[in-house]
Amino acid sequence: MLTLSGRPVGRPSRLETTQHSILLTLQPGRHDGDGQRVAADAARHLGLATGQVRSAALYAVRYPGLTESQVADFAAACLQDPVLHSVAIDQVAAPEGFKSYILVAKGPGVTDDEGTSAQNALSDFLNEPIDTRTQHIFSKRLYFVEHELPAADLRRLAEELLGNKLINRFEVGAVADGVRDFTPRPGGGADARTETIVLAGLSDEQLLQLSKDNVYALNLPEMQAIRDHFAQASLREERVGLGLPADPTDCELEILAQTWSEHCKHKEFSAVIKYKNLETGAEEEIDGLFKTFIKGATIEVDRQLRANGNDWLIKVFSDNAGAVRINPESLFVWKVETHNSPSAIDPYGGAITGILGNNRDPLATGIGGARLLFNTNVLCFGNPDYEGELLTGQLHPRRIFEGVRKGIEDGGNKSGVPTVNGAIIFDDRYAGKPLVYCGTGAVMPMQLAGKDSWEKVILPGDRIIMAGGRVGKDGIHGATFSSIELDEAAPATAVQIGSPITQKLAMDFLLLATRRGLIRCSTDNGAGGLSSSIGELATISGGAVVELEKVPLKYPGLKPWEIFLSESQERFTLAVEPAKLDELLALGREMEVELTDIGFFNAEGSLDVLFDNKPIAGLSLDFLHDGVPRKTLLAEYVKPEAKEPAIAPLYDYTDTLLKLLGSLNICSRESVIRQYDHEVKGRTVVKPLMGATGQAPQDAAVVRFNFESWEGVAVSNGILPRMGDLDAYHMSAGSFDEAVRQIISVGGKLPNLTPGDNIFWSVNDNFCVPDSVYDPAINPDGKQKLAKLVQMCQALRDACAAYCIPLTSGKDSMKNDFKADGVKISVPPTVLYSMTAKVEDVRQVVTSDFKQADDVIYLLGETYDELGGSEFYQLYNELGANVPKVDFAKAKELYTLVGEANSQGLIQSSHDLSDGGLAVALAESTFGRDGLGADLDLGSLAGELSPTALLFSESHSRFVVSIAPEDVTAFESILGQRASRLGRVTADGQLRVQHAGHELLSLNTTDLRAAWTNGPVNQTIGLEPAALVK
Amino acid sequence: MTHDTASQALPKALILTGFGINCEEEMAAAYRLAGAAPTIVHLNEVLHGRVSIHDFDVLNFPGGFSFGDDLGSGVVLANKLRYRQTGTDGRTLLSDIREFVAAGKFVLGICNGFQVLVKLGLLPNLGGDFQPEVTLTHNASGRYEDRWVRLKVNAQTKTPTPFLSELTSFEVPVRHGEGRLVVPDAATRERIVALGLNCLTYAGHDDQETGTYPLNPNGADLNCAGLTDPTGHIFGLMPHPEAYLAGCNHPDWGMKKRRGELKDEGEGLAIFKNIVTHLIRRTQEASAPATHA
Repeated sequence: MLTLSGRPVGRPSRLETTQHSILLTLQPGRHDGDGQRVAADAARHLGLATGQVRSAALYAVRYPGLTESQVADFAAACLQDPVLHSVAIDQVAAPEGFKSYILVAKGPGVTDDEGTSAQNALSDFLNEPIDTRTQHIFSKRLYFVEHELPAADLRRLAEELLGNKLINRFEVGAVADGVRDFTPRPGGGADARTETIVLAGLSDEQLLQLSKDNVYALNLPEMQAIRDHFAQASLREERVGLGLPADPTDCELEILAQTWSEHCKHKEFSAVIKYKNLETGAEEEIDGLFKTFIKGATIEVDRQLRANGNDWLIKVFSDNAGAVRINPESLFVWKVETHNSPSAIDPYGGAITGILGNNRDPLATGIGGARLLFNTNVLCFGNPDYEGELLTGQLHPRRIFEGVRKGIEDGGNKSGVPTVNGAIIFDDRYAGKPLVYCGTGAVMPMQLAGKDSWEKVILPGDRIIMAGGRVGKDGIHGATFSSIELDEAAPATAVQIGSPITQKLAMDFLLLATRRGLIRCSTDNGAGGLSSSIGELATISGGAVVELEKVPLKYPGLKPWEIFLSESQERFTLAVEPAKLDELLALGREMEVELTDIGFFNAEGSLDVLFDNKPIAGLSLDFLHDGVPRKTLLAEYVKPEAKEPAIAPLYDYTDTLLKLLGSLNICSRESVIRQYDHEVKGRTVVKPLMGATGQAPQDAAVVRFNFESWEGVAVSNGILPRMGDLDAYHMSAGSFDEAVRQIISVGGKLPNLTPGDNIFWSVNDNFCVPDSVYDPAINPDGKQKLAKLVQMCQALRDACAAYCIPLTSGKDSMKNDFKADGVKISVPPTVLYSMTAKVEDVRQVVTSDFKQADDVIYLLGETYDELGGSEFYQLYNELGANVPKVDFAKAKELYTLVGEANSQGLIQSSHDLSDGGLAVALAESTFGRDGLGADLDLGSLAGELSPTALLFSESHSRFVVSIAPEDVTAFESILGQRASRLGRVTADGQLRVQHAGHELLSLNTTDLRAAWTNGPVNQTIGLEPAALVK
Repeated sequence: MTHDTASQALPKALILTGFGINCEEEMAAAYRLAGAAPTIVHLNEVLHGRVSIHDFDVLNFPGGFSFGDDLGSGVVLANKLRYRQTGTDGRTLLSDIREFVAAGKFVLGICNGFQVLVKLGLLPNLGGDFQPEVTLTHNASGRYEDRWVRLKVNAQTKTPTPFLSELTSFEVPVRHGEGRLVVPDAATRERIVALGLNCLTYAGHDDQETGTYPLNPNGADLNCAGLTDPTGHIFGLMPHPEAYLAGCNHPDWGMKKRRGELKDEGEGLAIFKNIVTHLIRRTQEASAPATHA
């Protein structure tokens, strides 16, 4: 009888384990899409002629006791597709005529889902329980290249197209020299060591050096606070009494560093800011950005809402995600996060962990077990066609783009969560650190097994259960790592690869367990791992004891502090009543989710960590959570110099419009969008692209909550980083307005217009800024950067108050700089507003595309000479000066009128005006249908604006709408002076725009759409079969 | 008739989930809206013998990414059904499915579920012995893709599957990276075509079969989007009819609304209504007194 056991893998030795390889190659004549794509991409992106490329799958099987014939039977039965593959056991031969090879293996400890699935298949095939939780089958890809390429070219191909040297191991060479294989041998022996670190007597320099060496990312006052804490005689005595060393352990310092990290504690958003506006001379002291502007605004909005009988704001800022009430039965939960630093060094891993990690926030809000409804993503990259030199450690923007895109594809698609809304912004200042914003909306019942679902309750004695994936060295120092600027020495362990399938199992499990009342509450293991999740939950009961040796590991060799800090993904921490434990563990076994009891909660006031019954950490919760010294930061605003460029007016703007439609920030994103599943769950009503052509871009997504009612949610995003170069306040205000007007455009209504209307809005603010802490040597313009952040926050407060829209959650990312070779690339100060609003009936919403000839076209809202920061100026490499400004009162009035028109079903199409202004909005409105056009005259627009401003100004709070001829009177009576009649939809497929007797635009809408569709994004990320790629 | 007997009379649909399957909710909604009683069950409940497929009329494999599609779409799940013993007597779920189909019941697989049926040899099952005969693999583009397609029902199918009764063509979304049907040889192809087992093909706006990308989004042999077995009892397709339960799921629903043609109900529901109607009619026929002349 064969017995297979999981044994620790030590040094390679033929005596210890037998290793077999399985090679799957495509049978001759079978289409090799992967191989073709590699050959095409090598030619297109790297200028390498490879000849044909043939792809193959290679597995190393390392279960002791498995014979070669068993391996062969397994391969034939479970791995080989008899229609497609040839299989070879223990031999790796290249096909005839192929001269080079590239092997892409995973590094030690890197998530290998494919290997794990093969282990599951082997277990089913043998009908024996085998160890499938640790790695015994390793998956690899092998590429055979027709041409004999030098090793340097093969390596370039490997590193730039096929993998990432931080997580993959490559072997390349000539087939004639034999194909070299690589199989990881993770870990060494167990390592139970905990070290003591003496801080007493360290100088300031030594303290800072220690912080840097150990990636604590703590500054001097913070290090001093820790040193002084452990210098207290009474504490030292108490510690010794508890069996702890008097001086702190490595585990304790790591816990403090994670908990006090900018990522977790938002020290800069809590800091006192001394703010000077040198333009106005005003000076003020701000008592924390978060408290003053974000929380402050929401408290005020909530007061206004409640005063009007709108009490749907249930939970804000205090949990993993914010929650608002949809109806008496259910809550909508909404969270947006960023995952920038990991995406800079491993775009695929960074983005997939970003998505999956963000999914865990709504999943683990309150008791937990929300049903995920949709994902969104907003991405900021450098120009993918960048041709200059890269800095050490910097990845090419195109690679970051493609890797992030793929991560979002797998993270969303494989979890069964539709990606319904997003944006991609290009600016060369994102070439060092990209911004990767991931959002997730979910629905949770108001009551779970008779309890209020949004409340987190823990009682002393409750068990601490870790659920989901196992722990490895992946992601150690993620929280501190993202709190410092990136440089060429980024640690590889800070990268993780998500496993959507592991998380899907845990998600299905949580859904059932919470509905059966088996879980008191849950939280996610993200940044800081167990140290952070348990450290936070412990504040509810008043203490916790963790028995660290019980935590299941992916492989041996982790030190206790590493186990506690590891950010290995797909894990939840659960608080469980002892009486419910057996039933919970049984459910876990049934659903194949690993659950481990790793300790208990108490009310002792401290976080105590044991390893093999020996205390290795004992930190008072007071010091852990409130001991971090408050920062004081300096901000100084100097108005930037700016002037309007002199650009001669044109008589014909046809060429300008074609160029704009083909420009990087406006062109079609179809090739990206189509690789995301945007309609799994069957509830998506407004998708990113609509119309008969499937190419009309939409303003906001609309998703139904379920199949029993027509209630739904509209989802939008506002982000305008370029405007920030002119004015940070107006950039932030404009971004907020952009997100609001997109929801109004699809038929959403502003909140609180009538008492008890119950239309929830839920907004996440996500700030991503460069290092804004002034330092005369390393960050001389820090005061100006911080001043911009202050102004962005001021605008946010004003916008929330004006529209009566609350913030429910958010995040700030404060160190978006990349430094290498003495050069620093800093992102422009960026803020994203991710907005959601309830839609009463999804059948009543409005899409952007013109529907029918003779419908009458109007421009709603007012156009000003506001070309500053516009895409039009961008064509001339100009920034200008006249930044678009939001008039909140006028905007609110217009949105209210649009809502009234929509209540009467009067609007047939609506598209908001943004990048490229009126001309681009008009063009895009024709993209839904072949043969429709528009005939317009701008003469009705009031004022003395130039044709350039009329066509391309990016003034806020505007829409292009079309109205059925029979509804014109009713529509005009509602909108009055706010609507300017421009013309009508035509059936001749031409877009014609006149002004004062001149024909400004006259061209075929098919040509317009072609310019948009053939833009640089679809050129970079093609969808068409590789055989058709020129 | 009391409410209880009415609900007992509803056809019962078993919908499997777990291990990365992710379209179970909309599939259950489809059956509910079509007038059946759907039950979503974790695969392990069936494998561990707590739920028997024989208590149901139609067995459903929804879409998703079972086991992450790691070894090829549907492979690990098909492998589990074929090899994992559900009892001590060496029985597998595949043996149960064999009996289930032999008893005249129905099996539906959508997207990943279709891939499972193909890898398991349930489709097209020309040989009648549940051995894999064709495969579904990576799209010709090498990419995952979400887009709406037009499907034409093959009028030449010898034993039409009741799932497609009365349908001639309809629109649905595809959302897959591995939907390209590969038929390994000319002989197999001829037999599939002769029996018309390629019951759904990708079509252009003129309802004519087409191989042009993106109308045929994946480069499938025979431009085939769905297969039935020779009995018509087993049916699978790559596109997602369960994602078109409401009229406003369609990408061009705005135009239909403008013309006053938007319906609450989506075209995808027809497939589920068809099988439910068929099951109800069959039950009625079986219980009707044999008094006809």
